[in-house]
Amino acid sequence: MASLKDIKLKIQGIKKTEQITKAMNMVAAAKFRGAQERMEEFRPYASKFATVMGQLSGTANPNAFPLMEQREVKNSLLLVVTSDRGLCGAFNANIINASEKFLDSKKEKGIGVSVGCIGKKGSQYFTKRDYEVPINITDCMAKVEMVNARQAGQEIIHLFLEGKVDEVHLIYGRFINVVTQKPTINKLLPISASGLGESGGEKEEKEGPKATYIYEPAPEEILDKLMPMYINVQIMAAMLETVASEQAARMTAMDNATRACGDMIHELTLAFNKARQASITAELMDIVGGAEALKG
Amino acid sequence: MANKLNLEVVTPTKLVVSEQVDLCTVPGTEGVFGVMANHAPILATIAIGEMHYENDGKQEKMAVSGGFVEVSNNRMTVLAEAAERMEEIDVDRALKAKERAERRLQEAASGREDIDIARAKAALARALTRLKVAGKM
Repeated sequence: MASLKDIKLKIQGIKKTEQITKAMNMVAAAKFRGAQERMEEFRPYASKFATVMGQLSGTANPNAFPLMEQREVKNSLLLVVTSDRGLCGAFNANIINASEKFLDSKKEKGIGVSVGCIGKKGSQYFTKRDYEVPINITDCMAKVEMVNARQAGQEIIHLFLEGKVDEVHLIYGRFINVVTQKPTINKLLPISASGLGESGGEKEEKEGPKATYIYEPAPEEILDKLMPMYINVQIMAAMLETVASEQAARMTAMDNATRACGDMIHELTLAFNKARQASITAELMDIVGGAEALKG
Repeated sequence: MANKLNLEVVTPTKLVVSEQVDLCTVPGTEGVFGVMANHAPILATIAIGEMHYENDGKQEKMAVSGGFVEVSNNRMTVLAEAAERMEEIDVDRALKAKERAERRLQEAASGREDIDIARAKAALARALTRLKVAGKM
């Protein structure tokens, strides 16, 4: 049995850990609120964008756009959005596992795969393994900016137009609620006409009869300009969701850790008291034994 | 009320403006155009530039960059990648951006090939617009 001193030290250590996990829980809770707000602020933009894209794609001929070109898929790119930091439970591991599964299913079909990473955790995983990582953007999740989304967007569009990849999927930690985050895969490229107006946000209510618009410039030209932006919007939305999910996952993970610390402290305190009792009893026995012996 | 236009300026980070206005002028890619109440539905892309709006004789100026504008049913929505009011503009940052963009363009002119000229030009245009709106030029 461990000595009294050992147990005491252990209890002290765990108490300190408990303080840290509790603090991290609170920090994550505060950050989560911020992240959720940003996610909600982005929604009107995304949904408006999606509505207009849906409207436009109905008027324009989809075959005219290089970004909509359906090619035989030889090379597939998966854009993995993870968090920059760990200690958030299985959050990143879930995304990475889902990515692996997706990539394996592509490989089975003989399709070449490459990975684009946004967020340090995914990047650390994929760059160390046998994957081609043409896009690697890290340390951007603390403050999600359109610049990062635009950079990623430009790079994948570039790869797609050069014919180096024939399709692009996006995987991110979708935020369902505080306790549930789900790795979700969306197709980014080629843009499908039917998918327009559905993804990227909730559909806006149709207001009254559809008006005929004046387009300036022509609808095709507008679409041509908006498509790359649409990709950016989708990436941005994914990043914002991932950040909110990450903080929510960390909250839960740290809450669990704090509770586990509490349990351990409880058990160790019991053991400590038992050990103390035992030592007192032993001492008493000694004294009583000694007294008896003196009595002779 | 009937002769006002409901203006909303939305960026990825927030709803910048939500107001009733008399007139709004935006920098369309095909040229600057103004919108008043009861305008026909229009969908247009916008360039980097200055945007104005006016309500009861009070004028407001904003710097916007990239996006589009939609008008229907007396509602005008401007979706821009960035939109800042005069007082929100970070002049120092814009100045730095201007210098950086100018330097890059010069370097590109003197033969460096790894510079994305279109991007530098866009950055320069953004910086200049910001400075102009902020009244520093």
